Amino acid sequence: MLKCTSACAGCSDSLALRYVLKAAGPDTVMVVPACCTSVIQGIYPNTAFNVPVYNIAFGAAAACASGMSNAFRAAGKKTNVIVYAGDGGTLDIGIQAMSGAFERGTDFLYICYDNEAYGNTGMQRSGGTPMGAKTTTTPTGKTDAKKDIDAIIAAHDPPYMATACAAYPQDIFKKVQKALTFRGPTFIHILAPCPPGWRYPTEKSVEMGKLAVKSGMWVLYEREYGKVTIGPQSKAAMKKPLPLEEYLSPQGRFKGIDTKVVEILKQRIAKNYQRLAADEEASA
Amino acid sequence: MKKIATGNKAVAEAVRQAAPGVVAAYPITPQTEIVEQIAEFVTGGLMPTRYIAVESEHSAMAACIGASITGMRTFTATSSHGLLYMHEMTNWAAGARLPIVMANVNRSLGPGWNIWAEHTDALQERDTGWLQVYVSTVQEAYDTILMAFRIAEHNDVLLPVMVNLDGFLLSHIMQPVDTVELGDFIPAIYLPYAIDPKHPAGYGTLTGPDQQFKFRWDIERSMRDSVKVIEETGKDFSKRFGRNYGFTEDYLCDDADVIVVAMGTLGKEAEVAIDLLRKEGIKAGSMRLRWLRPFPKLNLKGKQVVVIDRDYSFGRGGILATEIMAQTKEDLYSVIAGIGGQEVTYDDIAGFVRTRHMGKEFWFGVNAHV
Repeated sequence: MLKCTSACAGCSDSLALRYVLKAAGPDTVMVVPACCTSVIQGIYPNTAFNVPVYNIAFGAAAACASGMSNAFRAAGKKTNVIVYAGDGGTLDIGIQAMSGAFERGTDFLYICYDNEAYGNTGMQRSGGTPMGAKTTTTPTGKTDAKKDIDAIIAAHDPPYMATACAAYPQDIFKKVQKALTFRGPTFIHILAPCPPGWRYPTEKSVEMGKLAVKSGMWVLYEREYGKVTIGPQSKAAMKKPLPLEEYLSPQGRFKGIDTKVVEILKQRIAKNYQRLAADEEASA
Repeated sequence: MKKIATGNKAVAEAVRQAAPGVVAAYPITPQTEIVEQIAEFVTGGLMPTRYIAVESEHSAMAACIGASITGMRTFTATSSHGLLYMHEMTNWAAGARLPIVMANVNRSLGPGWNIWAEHTDALQERDTGWLQVYVSTVQEAYDTILMAFRIAEHNDVLLPVMVNLDGFLLSHIMQPVDTVELGDFIPAIYLPYAIDPKHPAGYGTLTGPDQQFKFRWDIERSMRDSVKVIEETGKDFSKRFGRNYGFTEDYLCDDADVIVVAMGTLGKEAEVAIDLLRKEGIKAGSMRLRWLRPFPKLNLKGKQVVVIDRDYSFGRGGILATEIMAQTKEDLYSVIAGIGGQEVTYDDIAGFVRTRHMGKEFWFGVNAHV
């Protein structure tokens, strides 16, 4: 990453990008569908990235990367091919191409940075928006649950997948480095708090990411050849969870959230913890 | 070497000889035989190619784009709904200046489900920035695929090329085909802006109103430049392999009073109709349009023109007829025939000429014959 991106103030995606690119190194090509990161690059003829970035239409990133990876490998090149897509481009419009690329064993790393809404079009609800969150298309709060994309990816049984959060830079760095050592498709799902979308002050992005993990709304874990390992930060959170309200209340998008919805969210957290702990135990 | 092959098999054979590094494709009738044959070539070690069996046509074109930008030769094939499903990506391929070659087996669009020949599928791609060529025989399908790679990859062009062949009427018809020793007819591909981590760049980044038109104009400039590349390629093909291809294939046009213009197999069938009409003393000729994009200058001055469209633009008219009307002021009779594989014989074509009603449009099988 070079200086002077056109990211919003306090954007945690630009933090995540910095760690991802540092970990990946110079022999890397990024494939970016329509998302905030298409904007963050800046305006032609400038670019804020020090690796080639191939921009592609919204639903096509994984397929484009699939062609690129095959072409590089056919030419005997080891160049990392990294898809860097938002939650809309992954959970919604890009899911078919992504599923296909994983099923075909494409040698690439797919990173979904998740700010839980369509960011650069002005925060419309996506499959990644959690229940209860207000967006510009769910003005009274989303009534449906967040899509569990990680379970869907796990069903493709990639050699490596992990969750991460922009508030934990070293964790992202290690996971990206690790993912790139595998042959075949790997996946990292990064929670990327978004000040204008989640409606909190710009200096609180890191804090918001940490609250997400501590409250259990986001769980850090890895899945390597089917073996699930919950990260130490989430292990600690499971033992002594932060009350969910402490994560919800600083965010304007959850303002006035129905207590019944908060209960549903709490149940989902508990269920998710149980499932992951069981997966960890079963695969140990 | 002389063989007997279907249009699809001939296309696959030409692709094998052109040896793209990546083929990404999805099955659809009546195209499937092309990609099946290619998959067989690849599996059998007869092509140095990675075959990506994608999950949709949208992904087929996206994968071709991803492969092509690394500087690798790429090919795909599709038809009908498959072509329309990749429409967003066909625009991207041309906009990104990628010399992808695609065979499109022309087929009608649903509903209802109709798998038979029609040109409306490809004509809906008319404005994407792809060069488009329509062929009429198995030999021409084979030859044109070879020429398509050379034209697309020529550094004065660097635009994708779509080779169209009629569903079943050509894709599944067996005809003789004389395959060639390719030699250096298609030079090694060189993409000046191929992606290279040693030289980082942004591809397709945000582009403002002060820049976008320049990229669009650049496509148009290359489209215009492609005319001479198509001519040169045709000449060299003729010199090496003895078969001639121009922008049109004209049959007895010089002294004709009336000229039938059509594309694909109908354009070939028209030649038989012309023979019949000549015997009757009608001075007719036929002009089979091969290249729709770039659209050639047609010499129709002083002639009556009967255009047969196997396609339609609702609320406007036959698409080829409309294109020709934009170029010439000559009297024109627009016939809509062959939609969804409707049978059109040379006798029918002769009938269109005999009973032509200049300035009118006629839907074969629907209107009373005027």
